[in-house]
Amino acid sequence: MKLPLSWLNDYLKLENVGVKEYCDAMTLSGSKVEGWASEGSEVEGVVFGRILTKTRHTNSDHMWITTVDIGGGEPVQIVTGAQNIEVGQLVPVATNGAKLPGGVTIKSGKLRGEVSNGMLCSHYELGFEDGVIPGSDPNGILIFQRDYPIGADVMEALGEKETVVEFEITPNRPDCLSVIGLARETAATFDVPFSIPPVEVKALAGGDINGIAKVTVEAPDLCPRYACRLVKNIKMGQSPEWMQKRLKAAGVRPISNIVDITNYVMLEYGQPMHAFDLDFLEGHEIIVRRAKNGEEITTLDGQPHTLDDTMLMICDSKKPVCVAGVMGGENSEIKDTTKAVLFECANFLRGSVRVTARKLGLRTESSSRYEKGLDPNMVVKAINRACQLVEELGAGEVVSGMIDVDNSDHTPVVIPYRPEKIRAFIGADIGDGFMLDALKRLDIAVDTEKMTVTPPTYRMDIEGEADVAEEVARLYGYDKIPSTLMSGQATSGGLTKPQTLRAKVKDVLVGQGYYEIMTYSFTSPKTLDMINAGPELRNNIRILNPLGEDTSVMRTTSVTGMLEVLARNFNHKNKNARLFELATVYEAKELPLTRLPKEREIITLGGYGGMDFYDMKGAVEELFDAMGIVNTAFDTAAPNPIYHPGKSADIFINKKKVGTVGEVHPDVCGNYDIGETYLAEIDLDYVLKCAGKDAVYKPLSRFPAVTRDLAMLVDDGVKAADIENVIRRAAGNLLEELELFDIYKGSQIPDGKKSVAYSATFRGDKTLKEDDVTKIWNKVLKSLEHNLGASLR
Amino acid sequence: MKEQLEKIRQAAAQALDAVETGEALESVRVRFLGKKGELTAVLRGMGALTPEERPVVGQLANEARAYIEGKIEEKKAAVAAKEREAKLKSEVIDVTVPGRRKLAGRLHPLYQVLNEITAIFTGMGFSVAEGPDIETDYYNFEALNIPADHPARDTQDTFYINDNIILRTQTSPVQIRVMEQTKPPIRMIAPGRVFRSDAVDATHSPVFHQIEGLVIDKGITMADLKGTLEAVVKGLYGPDAKIRLRPHHFPFTEPSAEVDVSCFACGGKGCGMCKGEGWIEILGAGMVHPKVLKVGGIDPEVYSGFAFGLGLERIAMFKYGIDDLRLFFENDLRFLRQF
Repeated sequence: MKLPLSWLNDYLKLENVGVKEYCDAMTLSGSKVEGWASEGSEVEGVVFGRILTKTRHTNSDHMWITTVDIGGGEPVQIVTGAQNIEVGQLVPVATNGAKLPGGVTIKSGKLRGEVSNGMLCSHYELGFEDGVIPGSDPNGILIFQRDYPIGADVMEALGEKETVVEFEITPNRPDCLSVIGLARETAATFDVPFSIPPVEVKALAGGDINGIAKVTVEAPDLCPRYACRLVKNIKMGQSPEWMQKRLKAAGVRPISNIVDITNYVMLEYGQPMHAFDLDFLEGHEIIVRRAKNGEEITTLDGQPHTLDDTMLMICDSKKPVCVAGVMGGENSEIKDTTKAVLFECANFLRGSVRVTARKLGLRTESSSRYEKGLDPNMVVKAINRACQLVEELGAGEVVSGMIDVDNSDHTPVVIPYRPEKIRAFIGADIGDGFMLDALKRLDIAVDTEKMTVTPPTYRMDIEGEADVAEEVARLYGYDKIPSTLMSGQATSGGLTKPQTLRAKVKDVLVGQGYYEIMTYSFTSPKTLDMINAGPELRNNIRILNPLGEDTSVMRTTSVTGMLEVLARNFNHKNKNARLFELATVYEAKELPLTRLPKEREIITLGGYGGMDFYDMKGAVEELFDAMGIVNTAFDTAAPNPIYHPGKSADIFINKKKVGTVGEVHPDVCGNYDIGETYLAEIDLDYVLKCAGKDAVYKPLSRFPAVTRDLAMLVDDGVKAADIENVIRRAAGNLLEELELFDIYKGSQIPDGKKSVAYSATFRGDKTLKEDDVTKIWNKVLKSLEHNLGASLR
Repeated sequence: MKEQLEKIRQAAAQALDAVETGEALESVRVRFLGKKGELTAVLRGMGALTPEERPVVGQLANEARAYIEGKIEEKKAAVAAKEREAKLKSEVIDVTVPGRRKLAGRLHPLYQVLNEITAIFTGMGFSVAEGPDIETDYYNFEALNIPADHPARDTQDTFYINDNIILRTQTSPVQIRVMEQTKPPIRMIAPGRVFRSDAVDATHSPVFHQIEGLVIDKGITMADLKGTLEAVVKGLYGPDAKIRLRPHHFPFTEPSAEVDVSCFACGGKGCGMCKGEGWIEILGAGMVHPKVLKVGGIDPEVYSGFAFGLGLERIAMFKYGIDDLRLFFENDLRFLRQF
């Protein structure tokens, strides 16, 4: 809402308050100022100054040296060639840096050796014609005939320039989408008297609207109040300059006197109005009803619309003439030829206007006010104000009488008033006296006997005690409320076990050189084609109104986001990357959704550059180890189009498949235009479930260890996991550690075979004798030979 | 002979004084104490002495030997120390050559900030609650005093899955979920993703993060809200940080406030970062609306509470001086490595 500050003067007097101070105070009392600007004239920096001295310039026979008081600090010296000035006069002073019409900038300088810090101005120099300002002299400086504050901005004081303050009005305060509403807030904030000038309608045309026009409200549920007045002998034309200026300053384009009046009243009261050309209303009749399905109207903007029976229409006896609260119809629009005008001032149900405006794709100044809910009691005041303006502007003759179909609820809102509770709720020692005064300033009636309050009807947002507390608190000043520490029962707080473990997962990955990333929860369905995804990943939840195809489905896999980020880094020539994300995927229990889907977090690792399968697998193993997860296994992955079939493994915890790790399938890498890349996906929830068992301490053995190395030849297809299993089973519990330290294929190794070398460490609860170890060792060798066809090298 | 011994003693002391190296020291030892050494020679000449003189001179000779031996030991340690020092001096390396690093990764900057904020709150007895990203209209709107025709719905452009299921536009639905499951006292924060159909630019993203806060107990006041937020802001921005509450409107709190923090760049004097205001808006807050308490099954006549919500991206951007929101989601390593 844009408020031209001078408009406030119609309702209150605010003195000695600068713009900045005004804006700050309004913001802190709840009307947030978005910004402010000076509009209307290119003249800047011209202020009122009083001439203190005048002496002849020593180097000139026509120039004068003056000193001028321009307020705030030392008087300034100004040299002038004007002859009509005298000491004591009030004149316009263009100060150093001032801007005048035509792009002229005034700068300090010297005139024939004398310093001149500005310029005394004539009315021409300020862009005025002769005779516009009292005291203007065609042959000299403009000498003001009345008093103005020294140092004040001349153009603002003369009404040529307007300071416009823009407010952000929250949706609960539609009453503040009006000058009067903001004036009320201003008065309450600065504690100054507020009054609306009396509205009187002379109705010189006589007659009675009731004999000429007729209103029937067939849908009182959507239209609590509908009022009309009639104006005859319309003289269409422009509205006067003062009105146009105010409209423009508030951001509304002037159109014609009648239309401007409705807009002016909307800005002033916050009550939208509409003007019909009476001659185009069939039967001079208004019927407020729901549209018939398929009925049509062309609105003022020239757009045709097809209507349905949820939409409220203003109709004449035959057809819709206006979309209620949204926009008028072309058929009854005010034109240059209009002779008689029927003013509509009505109250419509906010939800109805909101839905209709949305359905029709129309959002207007009017609908945005109705959508927030308006006071039904405002319609009579506003329509009379419009008629008063018609008379003031000589735009027509108002017919006596008013049609007012009022189905609105006039039951006053009564709220308990418990000052003690308000104090306790706010936590500030606000006195009873202050509370009563604050409520009075806000027009909230207090019944101190029944201890109740009743808000004014325009404050439809005040419904309960908490609302009353807020009114008191904001006038008291949020800044005066003390800062206290919560009392009451202590809570231990902190993270839950799974939350702590989740943080640990991240820490372990970071410790291994992985960087955390963050990707969108939605994606394009096409990304599933890029990873050649099977049907199990294609049951995506779709967004009805996505920003675009790119973000139209909720992800079912965390892989696509990871690959996109890897590809981006690859493109940016980042040499190598180790990334991870704890990414949520969304799994519909059924489609279309009838209940909330399962949200699952996936530990997702991705990397390229200077790594191979075993680096990625090692990261997963280290993660499991650090999380205290035992009983893990890796085995050749089930067919999965994302991964290289020979270089990927499924991951198991307690024999349950919890993820996959491997090299990305070259086809997928090709789709992303990226080189050799590795991924791992692990179900976080299951990891958290298995992790975090408290470790049990094993005493450190005091006995020495015995180490044996072993190199064997086995068939190429024999898996290391199988070899280890055989060794462990045969070696029994004296085997403390088993480490694979070499796999070798090549010269001296027969084709189809490989050499595998292990180092085994034995330790017992006594010093092991060579014989003991040799016995075990022989058993191991026999078992390897028997089970895997291994031969010792 | 006495004089001779004394001379040897002095000569030895003198010779030792001049010794610089281990070899020199050895030759001194040989010169005086060696088989053919000077002192040894004197001792050999003891046979010529009278039996009365022998013990006296013998004692003197032993003293001289002990003296010289002691001196030699002393010198040995000094020489060794000197030699070690010289050796160490010769082993100089260029310590400005970069170290060999095991590179650790980093948490995403956004989550680093989240961890910091979480730690502040858990230290104040808050627990951390969670809620789903895909949420029902009921929890996201209805239960929070935002009925279907409420204009506040227009200010939050919602992604719809269907009429009843949406992507949550705020973390506030977790308030209701927590109230339904927990009896007061409640002190919780709920960080999480939220979604709004805002086109992507430097300051808008369809996905971003909020941290919801909720406190409910007997006798909770708006002054408590102020005190709590002040403590949090001081924890985040240092002991000089101040807050300013401005009246505002949220459907689920009453009274409501927008909260500014004194500009961390200029301390409140006004600068480019705070656009000359001296204040930077960081969160919205208020006293939990009685209607919301009732929906959550909590009696507003007995309990009161406050709630707040802050935008994580905004806080992180200010903290690190990041001017483009998109960087968070691009995950360029050159960006991630900076934090």
